[in-house]
Amino acid sequence: MVVEKSGKRLNSASELELLREEIKRSASARTRTVTICCGTGCLAYGGAKVAQAFRDEIINRGLASEVEIKTTGCHGFCERGPLVVIRPENILYQRVKPADVPQVIDETVNGGKVIDRLLYTIPGTKQKVTYEHDVPFYKKQMRLVFGANGYIDPTVIEDYIGCGGYAALSKTLFEMTPDEVVDEVKKSGLRGRGGGGFATGAKWQSTREAHGDPKYVICNCDEGDPGAFMDRSLMEGNPHAIIEGMVIAAYAIGAHLGYIYIRNEYPVAVKHAEKAIAQAEAMGLLGENILGSGFSFSVKINRGGGAFVCGESTALMASVEGRVGEPRAKYIHTSEKGLWDQPTVLNNVETLANVPLIINRGAQWYSSIGTANSKGTKIFSLVGKVNNTGLIEVPMGITLEEIVYGIGGGIPKNKKFKAIQTGGPSGGCLPASKLDMPVDFDELTRAGSMMGSGAMIVMDEDNCMVDIARYFLSFLEGESCGKCVPCREGLKRMRQILDRIISGQGQPDDIELLENLSETLTWGALCGLGGGAANPIMSTLRYFREEYEAHIIEKRCPAGVCKPLISYNIINEKCPNCTLCIKACPAGAITGQGKKLPVILDQVKCTKCGACYDVCRLGAVEVR
Amino acid sequence: MTLDTRSTAEVVNAVLAKYQNDSSMLVGILQDIQAELNYLPREALEMTAEVLSIPLSRVYSVATFFKAFSLKPRGRHGIHVCMGTACHVRGAEKVLDRFQTELCACAGETTPDMKFTLETVNCVGACALGPVVVVDGEYEGQVTAEKVKSIIEGCK
Ligand SMILES: Cc1cc2nc3c(=O)[nH]c(=O)nc-3n(C[C@H](O)[C@H](O)[C@H](O)COP(=O)(O)O)c2cc1C
Ligand code: SF4
Ligand code: SF4
Ligand code: SF4
Ligand code: FES
Ligand code: FES
Repeated sequence: MVVEKSGKRLNSASELELLREEIKRSASARTRTVTICCGTGCLAYGGAKVAQAFRDEIINRGLASEVEIKTTGCHGFCERGPLVVIRPENILYQRVKPADVPQVIDETVNGGKVIDRLLYTIPGTKQKVTYEHDVPFYKKQMRLVFGANGYIDPTVIEDYIGCGGYAALSKTLFEMTPDEVVDEVKKSGLRGRGGGGFATGAKWQSTREAHGDPKYVICNCDEGDPGAFMDRSLMEGNPHAIIEGMVIAAYAIGAHLGYIYIRNEYPVAVKHAEKAIAQAEAMGLLGENILGSGFSFSVKINRGGGAFVCGESTALMASVEGRVGEPRAKYIHTSEKGLWDQPTVLNNVETLANVPLIINRGAQWYSSIGTANSKGTKIFSLVGKVNNTGLIEVPMGITLEEIVYGIGGGIPKNKKFKAIQTGGPSGGCLPASKLDMPVDFDELTRAGSMMGSGAMIVMDEDNCMVDIARYFLSFLEGESCGKCVPCREGLKRMRQILDRIISGQGQPDDIELLENLSETLTWGALCGLGGGAANPIMSTLRYFREEYEAHIIEKRCPAGVCKPLISYNIINEKCPNCTLCIKACPAGAITGQGKKLPVILDQVKCTKCGACYDVCRLGAVEVR
Repeated sequence: MTLDTRSTAEVVNAVLAKYQNDSSMLVGILQDIQAELNYLPREALEMTAEVLSIPLSRVYSVATFFKAFSLKPRGRHGIHVCMGTACHVRGAEKVLDRFQTELCACAGETTPDMKFTLETVNCVGACALGPVVVVDGEYEGQVTAEKVKSIIEGCK
C-alpha cells in the first residue's frame, strides 16, 4: 500500500532516484490507467460517483492488478466534466456518468475500442475527437506547470516522484550553491504570478542579502481575486510541486520555516497541502536534514479568513501573525522586514510551481518561451460568456483572440463578444479592438488592464459595462480595510455616483467626477487594493464611454441590465402563447388571455427579475 | 450533532489544546471553533482571549474583520450564493434575488425558524460552473433563478 511505502525515509539523492525507478517499474506493470478528474468542477458534476463506479467495477472483474484507477485534480476543461482519460492512449471521455462505467471497462479498457457517444464533439464541425491532445481546447495550450495535474493523484507522493518530482530539489541541494539558484531564477526571467509581476530572482536576492535571522518563505494561496481558480487547482491537484518550489526558495535565501497561506474557503486545497507536507516530511523531502544534505526546512499551513485584502503582502503577514489583516506602508520592503519583522520571501502558488521546471530544464530553456520581458507560460481562468470555460496554460505572448476563439471556442448562443476583463478588481475591460493584442505583463498594463492573478472573464452584448464597473467598486468597497481615507471614502463615493447613473439620475459632470476620484485613489491609497481600484472604471470609461453616456444622457441601458432603466415587454407577433413565462414569473405579472391570444405583462407588478426573458425560447420577450 | 453533545467550553478547550495555545494561530483557532459551534458565541471569544492571554479586543477585532466569522447563531442550512465576477456576468444577481424572495431573508440573514442562513461569497473557485451556489458545502453549478425553489426544497 501507498501509505507504507511513504513511510520510508530517503537519505540521499541516489535513494530518491532508486525509488523513482522502482515507481516507474511498478507503474509499467499495469497496462492501463484510468484517470478521473475530481477537481471541484468535475466533483460538482458527480465526478466522485464516477470514480467509485470505476473502483467497484475493477474489483468486481478482478482487474485491479492490471488497471489502475486514479483520481486527479482539475484537468482544466471543467466545462465538459466529469472528465475521464484512459492512458496510455489518452482517450478522453467527457460528461461521464456512473452508468457509463461498465461499458468503458468492457469496450475501451479491455477491448481497446472507442465509445463514440462519450467523445468530445467540436461544436461547429460536429467532428468527434478521440484523444485528449487533439481537443482544440488543449491543442493550443502549453501545459508545463498545469499538465501534471492530469497524471497524478495529489494525495500520493509516489505519483509526483514518478513524474520526475523532487529531482529539482535534489539537484539544488547537491549540485548548486544558493547563489547559483538565485542566479538561475534571475536568468530565467521568471516574474511573480501573483499580480504585480515582480522579478522573482531579484526578490530572492534581496531577501538573501537582507540582514536578520530567521528568514521565512511564504506561499500566497489566498486567491482573493474573484473569477480566478488556478491557485486553488494547482494546490489541490499538485501540491508537491509547490512545496518543492518552496524548499528551493528556502535554500536560496537561507530560510528554515515557511508558511502556506490558504483561504479557508478552499477546504480541499487545505487537505491536500496538509497531506503533502506530512508525506514529504516522512520521506525526508521536507523537515530536518532534507535528503541527508544537512539543510532543514519545515512548512506550516495558515488558513486565511477570506478577506481579499489579506492577499496583499503586508496584510497577509499580519494575518499570519494572528492579527487583523491590515496593510502597512512599505517604506521598508517585506524582503527586509516581513513576517515578525524578519526578512521574508512571499511568492504566489504558480510562481513557486514554476521553480522546479526552471531548475530541471535550465534558465535558458525557460527564457526561450514567452516575450521579451514576460517569460514562460501563464495559467488563466477563462470564464464567463465563453464556450469552453476552464483553466488554460499558454505561452506569454499569445493573442487574446487565440484565447477567446482558438481555445475558448468563442461566445455561446451566437452572441457578440463585448469585452474581456483581465486582472481582477485591479485590472480592466478590453474591447473587441484589442483582441489581436499579445498577452503579457507589459502589454496588458499598457492597454489599461493588468495580468493580476490571471482571471479572464469574457462578456457578451448582454453585459453592461457600467454595471461591471459598479460591480467591482462595490466589491472593493466591501473589501477595503478602511485604514486610509482615499480608499475608504473614495470607493464609497464612486459607488454612489455609479448607483446614481444606473438608476437614471446621472448628471453630465459625473464622468469627470469619477475621473478625478480615480486619480486621487491611484495616487493616494496606501496599498494596492485602493491603488488599483480605479482601473476597472478608467478602462471602461476609456473603451465604453458611449455606454456611460447612454445611461447619463439618454437614461437608457443599452445592454438591458440596469433594472431602473429597463422594462420587459412581450412582442405579440412572436408569441404563440406557450405559457412558459407565466409559470416562470414569480410576481404574477403575466397572465394569459384565452387560447390563442398572447400573454400580457403587468408593468406595475413586474419586479424585473428577467425570468420570462430567460425561459422564452422564441425570443418573444424583449428588454427595453 | 456536536452542538448538543459538547458545551462551548469543551469545544474551545479542545481547539486551543490542538493549537497548543499558540496565539499566532488565532484565525485558525476561531475557524475551528466556528466549524464546531456554527458561530462564535461571546463566551467562546472570552475564553479564547483568557487562555491565550491576549486582549479580548484583539480577538473581537479578528472575529469581526473576516467575513467568514459570524457572531450570531446561524441556520441549520447554509446557502452561499457566489457573487464573484464570473458568476456575476452569468447572472448571479438574479439567482440571489430569487433566494431572497423565496426565503424572505436578505443576504446575511437567517430565517426566523433557524432553518436557513443566506450568505454571499466572492468566488469559491469553481467559476467554470457559474453561477455557483454552495449549499451545506456542496457545489451546485449553473444555477438559474428557476432552480432556486428546488434547491431550497432539497434541504431537509
Ligand atoms: C489587495 C491585494 C490582493 C492580493 N491578492 C493576492 C492573492 O490572492 N494571491 C497572490 O498570490 N498575490 C496577491 N496579491 C499580490 C501579493 O501582494 C504579492 O505581490 C504576491 O503574492 C507576490 O508573489 P509573486 O512575486 O510570486 O507574484 C495581492 C495584492 C493586493 C494589493
Ligand atoms: S488602500 Fe484600502 S485596503 Fe489598502 S490600506 Fe488603504 S483602506 Fe486599506
Ligand atoms: S421580469 Fe420577472 S416579474 Fe417581470 S414579468 Fe418577467 S418574470 Fe415576471
Ligand atoms: S414564453 Fe415566450 S412564447 Fe411563451 S408565452 Fe411567454 S412570451 Fe409567449
Ligand atoms: S475540475 Fe475537472 S477539469 Fe476542472
Ligand atoms: S466567480 Fe463564482 S465561483 Fe468564481
